[in-house]
Amino acid sequence: MENEETFNWLDPFSSVDLGIADSADGVKQWAISNRDVIQPIKQVFNELVVAIDTSLNAVPPTLMLILLVLIAWQAAGSRTAIIVGVALTCLGLLSPDAWGLAMTTLAIVIAAVVVCFVIGLPLGILAAKNDTFEKMLRPVLDTMQTIPAFVYLVPVVMLVGIGNVSGVIVTIIFALPPLIRLTSLGIRGVNPSVVEAARAFGASPRQILFKVELPLATPTILAGVNQTIMLSLSMVVIASMISVKGLGNEVLRAMGRLDAGKAIVGGLGIVILAIVLDRISQGMGQSGRERGHRHWWQGGPVGLALRMTGPKNETTPPAAQATAKPET
Amino acid sequence: MTKETDEAVIRCDGVWKIFGGRADQALQAVQQQGLSKEETRDQYDCVVGVRDASFEVRRGEIFCIMGLSGSGKSTLIRHINRLIEPTAGAIYIEGRNINEMSQKDLRQLRAEKIGMVFQSMALMPHRTVLENVAFSQEVRGHSVKERNANAMRAIHSVELDGWESKYPDELSGGMQQRVGLARAIAADPSILLMDEPFSALDPLIRRQLQDTFMALSAEMKKTTLFITHDLDEAIRIGDRIAIMKDGVLVQIGTPEDIVTNPADDYVADFVAGISKLELVSAGKIMEPVASYEQRRGNADMTGWPEAHPEQSLDDLLNLSIATQHPIVVKIDGRPLGVVTKNALLRGIKGGADDTGAAA
Repeated sequence: MENEETFNWLDPFSSVDLGIADSADGVKQWAISNRDVIQPIKQVFNELVVAIDTSLNAVPPTLMLILLVLIAWQAAGSRTAIIVGVALTCLGLLSPDAWGLAMTTLAIVIAAVVVCFVIGLPLGILAAKNDTFEKMLRPVLDTMQTIPAFVYLVPVVMLVGIGNVSGVIVTIIFALPPLIRLTSLGIRGVNPSVVEAARAFGASPRQILFKVELPLATPTILAGVNQTIMLSLSMVVIASMISVKGLGNEVLRAMGRLDAGKAIVGGLGIVILAIVLDRISQGMGQSGRERGHRHWWQGGPVGLALRMTGPKNETTPPAAQATAKPET
Repeated sequence: MTKETDEAVIRCDGVWKIFGGRADQALQAVQQQGLSKEETRDQYDCVVGVRDASFEVRRGEIFCIMGLSGSGKSTLIRHINRLIEPTAGAIYIEGRNINEMSQKDLRQLRAEKIGMVFQSMALMPHRTVLENVAFSQEVRGHSVKERNANAMRAIHSVELDGWESKYPDELSGGMQQRVGLARAIAADPSILLMDEPFSALDPLIRRQLQDTFMALSAEMKKTTLFITHDLDEAIRIGDRIAIMKDGVLVQIGTPEDIVTNPADDYVADFVAGISKLELVSAGKIMEPVASYEQRRGNADMTGWPEAHPEQSLDDLLNLSIATQHPIVVKIDGRPLGVVTKNALLRGIKGGADDTGAAA
């Protein structure tokens, strides 16, 4: 009521204070008071991330490099394998400890992407099946993608504490939306007449999902995974502010010391890692037709090994050979 | 038709389908006030898909529903396996009301009793031909060996041996629809639903597939509901034909009935271009002996060519070319009627009914 005298119609917003910032700060208090509940869960996740990190770092760099090149060859063909090989060699040559830092970053990214996949796929399926849910989810996803990371950095740290786990959580918040969106898009994009045919031949909703919709949506879903990987990598510098180790931490420290050289080394490392992961995950997203309808085990190193070990027919996959037998 | 009621494999009883949010109100209004399609759309924002359709398909029969696009025929066929729920009315498959079935029973019915072929083929691009054909048995949980054996048999019967491990997009359109046909018959269902199966194919391939289908159908004796927009195809394939217009079944009858006695101008328009040579029989155009003799006096029928009432106009034409005399139609040696040259010409042209009076 007192406000009425000072209320200015031309500038109403400066005279009204609803106290949103103060009440939102209550989130922080709530987070602090609930820390104890979170700690055991945090412990488990932390150990998981550390385990991935140590195992990646335990593998000698040369072996790891060969392994990644083989994976790239299998997933995306020999040309990508060469690119990946060259890129990883450059990464290793950036500085003596670049490789180890890259592996730590890779561990965080892997952990974040795995959790994103576990959360994102079911949510995406649900969003594809339910229009109301999709409508409710959309503003949430918009918020997750656009809200500055620094805003949720503080509550997350208050709740979980600094370290790998909050790094992963912060990464997930930013990297999850494209996977949900593209999963939903992929399933909605499945040819409705194929779904109708599956229904006409007696498939249950569950069978339609697993035998028709998910296989046909796979290229789109993998494009979502690719986007999630890229966004996870773009978060590593911000995540390093809450004491996540790795390449991001190098950039952050270099920034504090105005050490341009070190910043470039860390930054290039992130870029190279991004290129490698992008090429590999894009290769996995190719549809059957682009690959000329060969099964994954027919190409790449596995195909080569199979061809060398056994007298296999090159064009017919083992399964088809087995199924072609009951011909009468 | 009452005699065949027990024999009816598919029976539709007053089926209505109205699309739209206020379908129930619209249905009441249409039934009580007899609103037209346009009025329903304007007043209730609803589209009438099927309007009071009742028909039966007997065991082993091929029943064609013919109509132009938008006439509701594809909507109607989807009621038979309940891909679409009717707004009113009931559908019986072998005496069971499928609208009262549980989802589980319905899925079993679809997988084991009913095979369906689609205009768009609707093959699954991520599965090989064999996996596509075996799909309905796969969802029923049959063993790999059993379902592959059945699928291979179906693939063999549509002459696609050797293609089973290919993917659909490696096949031509005609071959894809053969796969569609094989998929429909793989589980050996007793009913086939064909939704414009050959419409998307070029004429030559369409003809080939029609032949394949008719040969298969003669061999397997499946009760078939066949949708088409092509009257020639309906006449070629169907034992009986229903003509559908704006959701209404305008006329149901044998091809000969439809061609010789069109129920209204709409049907008459359709059949105008159809050749009667193979469809119309001597019995339809002959003039009874009594009325012929009344007109022309006692006739000496020696030397006249003889025909059976079932013989087609095409046969009569061949008989007539060789002689000056009219043709006498006989059953068991007893003269039944006479077909004069004028009557024959008029029959070919399509005015079968007024032969006697006009001659």
